Amino acid sequence: MTVMNEAGKLIADTAARIFRDLGDPQTLNGAADDRWRARLWRALEDAGLTKAWVPESLDGAGASVADGFEVLRIAGEFAAALPLAETLLAGWLLAQAKLKVPQGMLSVAPVRNGESLLLGPDGKLSGTAAAVPFARDAGHLAVVARRGGAATVALVERGKCAIRPGASMAEEPRDDVVFDGVAPVATGDGLEEGELIAMGAAVRAVQMGGALQTVLDRSVAYAKERVAFERPIGGFQAVQHNLARLAGEAAVALAASGSAADAIDGAQGFDEAVLLEIASAKIRVGEAAEKGAAIAHQVHGAIGFSKEHVLHRYTQRLWAWRDDFGSESAWAVRLGDAVAAKGADALWPMLAAR
Amino acid sequence: MSAPIHFDPIRLPPEAQALREEVRGFIKQEIAAGSFDPRARSTYAGYSPEFSRKVGKKGWIGMTWPKRYGGRERSFLERYVVTEEFRVANAPVGLHFTADRQSGPILLKYANEAIKSDILPRIVRGECCFCIGMSEPGSGSDLFAAKTRATRAKGGWQVNGTKVWTTGAQHANYMIGLFRTSPSTKENRRHGLTQFLVDMAAPGIKVNPIADMSGGKHFNEVVFSDLFIPDDHVFGEVDAAWRQATSELAYERSGPERFLETSAVLFELVRVLGAKPDLRGAEGIGRLVAQLHALRRMSVSVNGMLQAGKEPVLEGSIVKDLGTIWEQELPAKARELAAFVDPRHADRGAFDEVLRQAVTIAPKLTLQGGTTEVLRGIIARGLGLR
Repeated sequence: MTVMNEAGKLIADTAARIFRDLGDPQTLNGAADDRWRARLWRALEDAGLTKAWVPESLDGAGASVADGFEVLRIAGEFAAALPLAETLLAGWLLAQAKLKVPQGMLSVAPVRNGESLLLGPDGKLSGTAAAVPFARDAGHLAVVARRGGAATVALVERGKCAIRPGASMAEEPRDDVVFDGVAPVATGDGLEEGELIAMGAAVRAVQMGGALQTVLDRSVAYAKERVAFERPIGGFQAVQHNLARLAGEAAVALAASGSAADAIDGAQGFDEAVLLEIASAKIRVGEAAEKGAAIAHQVHGAIGFSKEHVLHRYTQRLWAWRDDFGSESAWAVRLGDAVAAKGADALWPMLAAR
Repeated sequence: MSAPIHFDPIRLPPEAQALREEVRGFIKQEIAAGSFDPRARSTYAGYSPEFSRKVGKKGWIGMTWPKRYGGRERSFLERYVVTEEFRVANAPVGLHFTADRQSGPILLKYANEAIKSDILPRIVRGECCFCIGMSEPGSGSDLFAAKTRATRAKGGWQVNGTKVWTTGAQHANYMIGLFRTSPSTKENRRHGLTQFLVDMAAPGIKVNPIADMSGGKHFNEVVFSDLFIPDDHVFGEVDAAWRQATSELAYERSGPERFLETSAVLFELVRVLGAKPDLRGAEGIGRLVAQLHALRRMSVSVNGMLQAGKEPVLEGSIVKDLGTIWEQELPAKARELAAFVDPRHADRGAFDEVLRQAVTIAPKLTLQGGTTEVLRGIIARGLGLR
């Protein structure tokens, strides 16, 4: 994604190696049970990747923001069916509040705009967060709650919360979490809900970029192998042009998400410029996911629609990830309102400054 | 496996952003002085010797070229900023744009010292206009079907045939033309074409204007009758022009002019929908802005990678494909989003005017400089499918 230093390259290589060895999506797709899950998680944890965004002072790996995003792009290339992104996000959020980050799988809440959790004078939380990714798998949740008017970061034991199970299009947990009466393990000053959701949107965009790269690679490889009408279908111009379009969508997803990751890496907070980058990435990558998945399925034909084939592990996640941390439409309204409020003559200077 | 697609998240360096302010100041001054009207129809390709000369004085033509030819040895990212600011302002750069973007770099690579010392400084001063002789009546997208012949003559070559859709030929001092010097071979149908420098003032050239449907008068037919071209005007290897297109092509494909051509429609849309658009308007603006931002970041990235000596050939083609499709679709999307704006709204007239112009030029955006179909074939080749 970016011009990386030695440390960054080491982290990226480690992530790629672990996913290749223990997280190959075709192997997992055919696995009889989910014992692979604990093995893969342990390898990621042992390598320090689950705490990539936790500084060394808080016992984390202390990777840069950019390097953490690179790990997530690689996880996207493997359609990782684990809460790695959520755990990174939680670590990032807790670290902002200088809270110690527990081991194990983590997730964050709230993940939807407009939801807010309260931290009462009795030190207990109230409120419900909808569609929290992998909530039931997480040992702890990192949440943003309101104490008085102020945003507070709280670390919560998941076991103390009531869970109403739900699932994404990829059959991954998207659970409603009821926080009523739960006392946090720790609290600290932190970020606004909107900032958590913005970071989450960037995370999803980066995962989707990685996933689309693999979808492109697999589609091209399949078109070279699959013979119909006595030649590889990749030899037909109609198929070639579809794949060229898919390459364009994968490219724009990688570029837009990479740009957003770079913007966050280089900024102190979530100012207007960073929000333009994140909104643009979530919108455009979401559009790319829709167009790209459609082309990939068209190229793969019926086999790509089967449970046995690995393609759905990517396309169903791409569809699901569009809806996490704000859909294209939600971000577009937010961006459109901001652009309109500043006026027509401010638009070009805003874009050109990036 | 196809090669991984790669876009370094390159930002414009501080010196480029500082230059941007200087360019904006210059543009503001020129508009105030009445040298061009930013809202006038299609002034971008407009031919203005006065304006080009002023741009030349600023040092913004051939600005990446060596100083000994009048260049400033500045970076491609600085040139990028100048290009995008002029494009957004609709500035009349028609005289120098082609020479600056592609002809000059070809001269730098293939011309002899005498030609370089003669022509490049004139381009830099904004006094020398180039056109490109590629398409022919029987050969458009299929460049290698070109039939205009250059045959051996004493001390050079004699050219007969016709080029068509030649932008700016009526103003051009020179053409860089692609002529057939040998038949193609069975093994290589791209063989047999050679790149020449044509002095448009030489006898044996007739330029006939072709009006286009948008009211533009940029196109021409150029007829050669026994035109003589001296030997030192051959650029590169005889019969092997097909081998010469390299990184210049990536610059040509990935510049800001590949997605900003109809951008005035977006700016006027934002104006006409006002400070508080409804949900539909806000979402529409948000999506268009996101798409434009993403395209621009890709384009900056490709230019930055080129500047760093990389060869993002596939990425460059993708920028042009996505960019031209986007600028072509923009007018239709904006038209829908503005559909319910009161016809008496104060900004409606200006919106309708840029919209009409953009709708009319939209068809050519995915034709010029290589059609969508050709481009997708190139991308497919980059993916290893051809």
